[in-house]
Amino acid sequence: MTSLDQVKAAAGPAAGSTPPARRGPAPTAPRGAGPPVPRRVRNRRGGRWWTPWLFLAPALILFLYFKFIPMASALTMSFQEVQPYLGNRWVGGENYATVLSSDGFREAAWHTVVLAVGQTAGSMLLGLTLALLMEGQGRRLGFVRSAAFLPVVVPIAVVAELWRIMYHPTEDGMLNSLLGLVGFGPSGFINDPDTSMVSIMLTGIWRGAPYDMMIFLAGLAGVDRGLYEAAKVDGASRFQRIRHVTLPGLRAVLTILFILAAIRGLRVFTEVFLLTNGGPDGSTEVVMTVIYKLGLEQNRLGVGAAGAVLLFLATLLLTVGVHLFRRRGNE
Amino acid sequence: MSAPTETALGLTESRSAAGRALKVLTYLLVLVVFAGPLLALLVSAFNHVKDPTQLSVVPSDPTVDNFTVAFDQGVLKYLLNSFFVVGFGLLLQVAVSVLAGYALARKRFRGMTLAFVAILATLMLPEEILAIPLSVILADLPVVHINLIGSLAGMIVPVGAWAFSILVMTEFMKEVPKELEEAARIDGAGDLRIFAQIILPMCKPALGVIGVFGFTMIWDQYLLPLLVATDSSSYTLPLALRTLRVDPLVTPGVVMAASLLALLPSVIVFLFFQRSFVHGLSSGALKG
Repeated sequence: MTSLDQVKAAAGPAAGSTPPARRGPAPTAPRGAGPPVPRRVRNRRGGRWWTPWLFLAPALILFLYFKFIPMASALTMSFQEVQPYLGNRWVGGENYATVLSSDGFREAAWHTVVLAVGQTAGSMLLGLTLALLMEGQGRRLGFVRSAAFLPVVVPIAVVAELWRIMYHPTEDGMLNSLLGLVGFGPSGFINDPDTSMVSIMLTGIWRGAPYDMMIFLAGLAGVDRGLYEAAKVDGASRFQRIRHVTLPGLRAVLTILFILAAIRGLRVFTEVFLLTNGGPDGSTEVVMTVIYKLGLEQNRLGVGAAGAVLLFLATLLLTVGVHLFRRRGNE
Repeated sequence: MSAPTETALGLTESRSAAGRALKVLTYLLVLVVFAGPLLALLVSAFNHVKDPTQLSVVPSDPTVDNFTVAFDQGVLKYLLNSFFVVGFGLLLQVAVSVLAGYALARKRFRGMTLAFVAILATLMLPEEILAIPLSVILADLPVVHINLIGSLAGMIVPVGAWAFSILVMTEFMKEVPKELEEAARIDGAGDLRIFAQIILPMCKPALGVIGVFGFTMIWDQYLLPLLVATDSSSYTLPLALRTLRVDPLVTPGVVMAASLLALLPSVIVFLFFQRSFVHGLSSGALKG
C-alpha cells in the first residue's frame, strides 16, 4: 500500500533526529534512578487504564445518546402505548399485532422489497457494465468517469426535485418528449400508479449505478493481469474471459455492494418521501414512509416504533444471512 | 502510453475506426444519461422556466431572476444554516474520529473488543430506523435534559460520531510505525503529545478522506433535519426545497436555482478532493 510507504518514508528522518536532541537533559531529571529509567517511565506514562477510554469517550457518549439509547427506547416504545404527559401504558405485543395485520404495512413491506431488489439489481448491473466499458487510463476517460459519478454527490433532495420536473406527466415534459421521439406515448411516471414504482426505481438506479461503478473499477484494478494473459494464450473469447476471470475476481466486491445496496434499499425514505410520498393511491408506500406517517404525523409512536424494530430485524437478518452464505461459500 | 494496461474487456486494444467510434458513442451516451439531467438543472436555473415543460438543456434568454426570487424566499438564510451545520458538524466529527481512532489503533486495553463491536454495531442503526425514538429523545436528552428540537445543534451533535470515519482513522493510524511512538515515549512524551505531534501529522491523507466523506454525508442529511426543524428559521437548504416547490408563486426555475445552490458545495468538494474521495470509496468498501 502506498500510504504505508509514505508513512515509513516520513518516519525515517523524524525517528533519527528527535531523540538525540532531547537526550541531553533527560538523565538529570530522575535523581538516583539509574539506567533502567526509560522502561519505568514508559510504564507509568502509557499504562493508565483509563487513558484509551478518555480518547474514546466523545465517540462513545455520542453513540450512546444518538444510537444506543434510541434503539433501546424504540424497543420499549414498541411494547407500549406512548402517551406524552399521561404516561406510557404497557400493551405487550399489541403494536406488533397491529403492524403485522395491517394491510397497509404488509403492502408497504412488499413495495420496499420490490424497490430494494429492483434498485440493487439495476444499479449493480449498470454499474458493472459502466465499469467494464470505462476501465483503463487516459484523461478523456477520467473526465467521463468523473462526470458519470456526479449524481452520487448531488444531495438526494436535489435529485428528487430535479426528477420530479423531468417526470412531468404531460406530452411536453422532458422525459416524455424524449419518449415521444422514439415513438412511445406519454407516461404518467410518478403520477400514475402503474408506473410510479418503476419511476422511483429508475431515479434510484441513476444515482446508485455510478457509485457501484466506482467500486467495481477499484475491484477490477485488483484482478490479476497475468490471468488475462493466460486466458488470451488459452484462446478464450472476450465473454469467456469476463465470465471466468473477471467475475470470480470481483466476488468480494459483489458481496459487499449487495449488502450495502440491499440495506440501503430496505430503509429507503427520502427519495420516496419527496417524489411521491407514497402516492399515487398508495402505490409507492414503503416501510419508512408508513413509519414516518404513523409516528411523526399521527403520533402513534408505539406502533411506529414496532414497525421500526421489524425493519431493524429485517436488515439484521439480511446482513447476517449474507455473511453466513459467504462464509460457507469460502470453505 | 506505449503499453496500455490490459482491461477486462480489452477495449484499449481496438484501434479500428469502428471500434473507436463505438467507444466515443458509448462515452457520449454515458455523459448524456448521467450528466445531462444536471446540465438541465444548471441551464434552467438561469432561464425563465415557468412550468415544468420548459426544463431544457439549451440556454435561451439567460436571467438571474430565479436567484433573486429564491433569495426573497429566504434561500440565503437556508444556505447559511446548511453551512453552519456542515461546518460545526464536520469539525466535531473529525475531532471525535481522530481521538477514537488513536485509542483503537495505538492502544491495547481491556474492553477494546467491546468498544470496537459497539462502534461497528452503530452501522446497523441508521437514522431511518431510529427516527421515532430520536424525535422523542432530541426533545429531552436523558440525564442532561436539553431540548435540541428546533435548533441547528440538533442536526450537528447527532452526526458528531460516525463509525465510518472512526474506522478509516483507526486503519490508517495502525500503519504509523511503533518505533516512532516509542522514541517519543522514552523522551517522556505523554499520550496527548504523541497523539497531537506524531500520529496526527502523519494522518493527513486520512483526514482528507474523512473530511470529504463527512462533508457529503452531513450535506446530504435529510431525515435528521426533518425531525429537528420546527419552522423555516431552522431549515437547511435541502429541506427547504420541498417547501419552495409547493409555494404557488415559485416557478420550477426558482426551485432549480435553489437546487443549484444546494448541490454546488458538495460537487465542488468532490471535484477538488476527488482523489481522497475515490481512495476512501474503494478502501472503505473493499475492506468492509
